[in-house]
Amino acid sequence: MSHDDMSHDVSKLIRMATQMAQFFSSQPDRPAPEAVAAHINDCWTPRMRQDFVAQIRAGAEADPVVRDAAAFVRLPAA
Amino acid sequence: MKDFIIPDRDMGTPAVKSDITVNLLVDGIPVSVPAGTSVMRAAAVAGISVPKLCATDHLTAFGSCRLCVVQIDGMRGLPASCTTPVAEGMVVHTQTEEVAQVRKGVMELYISDHPLDCLTCAANGDCELQDMAGAVGLREVRYEPGQNHFARRDAEGPNPEYRPKDQSNPYFTFDPAKCIVCNRCVRACEEVQGTFALTIEGRGFDSRVSAGMESDSFLSSDCVSCGACVQVCPTATLIENSVIQIGTPEHIVKTTCAYCGVGCSFDAHMRGEEVVRMVPSKDGKANHGHSCVKGRFAWGYATHRERQTQPMLRERITDPWRVVSWDEALDFAATRLRQAQQDFGPDAIGVITSSRCTNEETYLVQKLARAVFHNNNTDTCARVCHSPTGYGLKTAFGTSAGTHDFDSVDETDLALVIGANPTDGHPVFASRLRKRLREGAGLIVLDPRQIDLLKTPHMGTGLHLPLRPGTNVAVLTALAHVIVAERLYDEAFIRERCDWDEFLAYAEFLLDPRHAPEEVEKLSKVPAELIRKAARAYAAAPRASIYYGLGVTEHSQGSTTVMAIANLAMMTGNIGKPGTGVNPLRGQNNVQGSCDMGSFPNEYPGYRHVSDPETRAIYERAWGVELSPEPGLRIPNMFDEALAGRFKGLYCQGEDIVQSDPDTRHVTSALSAMDIVIVQDLFLNETSNYAHVFLPGSSFLEKDGTFTNAERRINMVRRAMTPKNGYEDWEITQMLANRMGAAWSYTHPREIMAEIALTTPSFAGVSYDLLDREGSVQWPCNDKAPLGTPVMHIDGFVRGKGKFVHTEYVATEERTGARFPLLLTTGRILSQYNVGAQTRRTENSVWHPEDILEIHPSDAENRGVREGDWVRVASRSGDTTLRAHITERVAPGVVYTTFHHPTTQANVVTTDNSDWATNCPEFKVTAVQVSPSNGPSDWQEEYRHHSDLARRILPTAAE
Ligand code: SF4
Ligand code: SF4
Ligand code: SF4
Ligand code: FES
Repeated sequence: MSHDDMSHDVSKLIRMATQMAQFFSSQPDRPAPEAVAAHINDCWTPRMRQDFVAQIRAGAEADPVVRDAAAFVRLPAA
Repeated sequence: MKDFIIPDRDMGTPAVKSDITVNLLVDGIPVSVPAGTSVMRAAAVAGISVPKLCATDHLTAFGSCRLCVVQIDGMRGLPASCTTPVAEGMVVHTQTEEVAQVRKGVMELYISDHPLDCLTCAANGDCELQDMAGAVGLREVRYEPGQNHFARRDAEGPNPEYRPKDQSNPYFTFDPAKCIVCNRCVRACEEVQGTFALTIEGRGFDSRVSAGMESDSFLSSDCVSCGACVQVCPTATLIENSVIQIGTPEHIVKTTCAYCGVGCSFDAHMRGEEVVRMVPSKDGKANHGHSCVKGRFAWGYATHRERQTQPMLRERITDPWRVVSWDEALDFAATRLRQAQQDFGPDAIGVITSSRCTNEETYLVQKLARAVFHNNNTDTCARVCHSPTGYGLKTAFGTSAGTHDFDSVDETDLALVIGANPTDGHPVFASRLRKRLREGAGLIVLDPRQIDLLKTPHMGTGLHLPLRPGTNVAVLTALAHVIVAERLYDEAFIRERCDWDEFLAYAEFLLDPRHAPEEVEKLSKVPAELIRKAARAYAAAPRASIYYGLGVTEHSQGSTTVMAIANLAMMTGNIGKPGTGVNPLRGQNNVQGSCDMGSFPNEYPGYRHVSDPETRAIYERAWGVELSPEPGLRIPNMFDEALAGRFKGLYCQGEDIVQSDPDTRHVTSALSAMDIVIVQDLFLNETSNYAHVFLPGSSFLEKDGTFTNAERRINMVRRAMTPKNGYEDWEITQMLANRMGAAWSYTHPREIMAEIALTTPSFAGVSYDLLDREGSVQWPCNDKAPLGTPVMHIDGFVRGKGKFVHTEYVATEERTGARFPLLLTTGRILSQYNVGAQTRRTENSVWHPEDILEIHPSDAENRGVREGDWVRVASRSGDTTLRAHITERVAPGVVYTTFHHPTTQANVVTTDNSDWATNCPEFKVTAVQVSPSNGPSDWQEEYRHHSDLARRILPTAAE
């Protein structure tokens, strides 16, 4: 079968985080990066969180809020 | 408890609510009834059945047959008891010589124009005309045979008054020869269903029941086949075809419809293990004796010839299926699942629960993931429909559920309907809303399409805000802008129930000119004046309610939209009292339940986060295993992980993800990358084309359990027949779990419910005993509310203060451009249900044989598309073909289709965009191009080929 096989791609996690950033940036109650990270911690598996942080650390292009959020994302104890 | 034989006594006229009680004497028996009650009903309360033909407690009294006459002291003549209201001190005699004479005369007239083939009539034993002839002691008919409606011909030739049967409807037959013109059917169609498809033509002897115009049949008329007319018809004139074929039922099993989130209660009328007919229960608290075509008639799929009843397996998905024993199938499944975990880690497998399955089944499937797989990889198809409702309402109010019961609609002064099409999606609710609209309630519709609700006969004018798909948040925020700018909000409510400063912050946000109707008009195409008008109307109504559907949730801003809706309700004080509220119309029957039961990867039953140590402790104690504190994979994440080679096994109960999830190619390639896919379903569905093990499931008629409807109502599902596949679905999950090392020993779903109640505070008071006793209860049901909670947040929000979340509009990434200049939005229609697996296997397909693309005349003309042409619909994800229907129901620039048929595969076109908070896919907005085409697309051909191959079943070895 012909299909464009995408492996779990970089852009998708960052894209999802960017959508969250767009929402939380307009909320008054707390800094957006923390809110984004809290939502990610609530909803993403450890592996997704790891991938996400790794991508940001590797310098993936992302919205500043998303980039700052990475610092608050909880990583599983190594 | 299995069978209930409840004599469903017809009280003659509907119950009346009144604070005043009236006392009277009927045949010497004292009775007290609410003022406004009819003498007939009062007599029934005293245990006396007054003969009647045109009256039934489903309908307001009509007073045409005069069979129900009685004598009342001090009143002249013989009044009709159905139309005469009771009065204090009244003395009624239901049987006197004079009364008896009149009744005999009336019956004699009726019978003189009625065929006397009672013995072979389908209604024999279940005919009110027959009963009444007996009741009044009719012994002879003195009229000479003469002009009549029933004889096909007489000595002179064909009878000009005779009309043949109308058998155009697949489920019921109309035989005018037996009609007594009691008008019940016409009134049911108007009062109960609200369709106005039937009329009485002509007068006197010439009057006849007619569906639509004279040339119409039931099928070609406006009739939506709800069956209300069939249910009230006292004779065999309108009768279910199944009764004609089988005969009268002999016992009743009370159960719940397995189709939509209204959750209608039904009496399954049975003969042995065969369903004779489904009759909506009069005591059903969601539906009060009404239903739609799906619940009443479309249950034949349970015995459809394509139903699979034996387990099957295969090594590879390209192999044909091999029928095997349960042992072999389950061993294979368990071994491969464990193997996948050994090779790829504990997180490499997961489950998908279904909103079609019972609460108990769902609970077990998520327990399988958490307690046996030792991960939290459980998700439900509710992900793709109402997950934003859960998130949004929990954030705003503190609970992931609608605020009101359906009965509340009777008290609403204005209904704001957003992104929902109730007449098709939630028909019984639509009938109830239409009734209220006819009584004068206002209607505002926010939807890209002109939905049928706007065409409700005999209502006032509804407002339609035909917004561009994807601009919900902008328009709702503009409505709030107007309410704040014009100070139409309910300050007292906000100060008491919400945080005033938080509201002020939101008000400041709203007052920014970018939220003004004039600005929003530019993106939404809704005229600013219309937005203002709608905002004023909503704010001005004493009791305004909001009902919304998937047109709200299935967007990249689905969760934000839900919160914008909650904000509107809070700022106008439309929460906590009857007739108001925020009410999601759930798609499938048990969407609410499957979410409640902990199907989501980050939440235990009752919406408690997996990281919460107290909750985990409860389950660790109950289940005796250590539980993971980390959220698991959502459905779209499962697919992504599968393509990354890290997710290898899936147990999918009762869901057809290939057809129901967006971006079909992405889904099928993900499934193809797995080592073990187990599908449990009634039929070989589209997902089973990619499965290694097929476990045959049972239908709702074959099991015990509960469904929870959109108003949080827990309804009983009861086993009416033995499962054709041998097991109820929960038993199959248990067998699989035990093969993987669990030691579960449930013997009945009631034990599963007991475990749910024990571990979930909002279900603490729920038990099968309670449900048997009460019929149904709405959660929360616990010490504080032992009989459940119809309306939530009455004195305060569950979370404390209501929360105003800011609702910034963010345009979807799915913008139209030169390549894909049109916006495709999707929906559903009345006769089909979701992916259509059940309804397509019933006669319902006469109403919807294929999916159709609705397109505006100007867009069609630009593209050279004519009515009925094949067109190709292409997006950046893929393309498919279907036929076009040209209509102004959709705005220019917007096209619309349904997704009921696998050959269309509308989801080949939808994209992987999703809601920011919950990943609920953006089904409602896809940028597409439409062009003329001459047949199926390559993908459709390829898919069909694979599908044919994948469904081969090896013949079982000859014995
Ligand atoms: S079809 Fe039945 S309900 Fe309708 S008027 Fe005739 S007898 Fe009455
Ligand atoms: S089936 Fe329903 S819609 Fe059709 S005529 Fe009867 S009451 Fe009306
Ligand atoms: S499909 Fe919905 S409205 Fe129709 S009978 Fe079933 S629950 Fe009721
Ligand atoms: S039943 Fe009262 S008039 Fe027909």
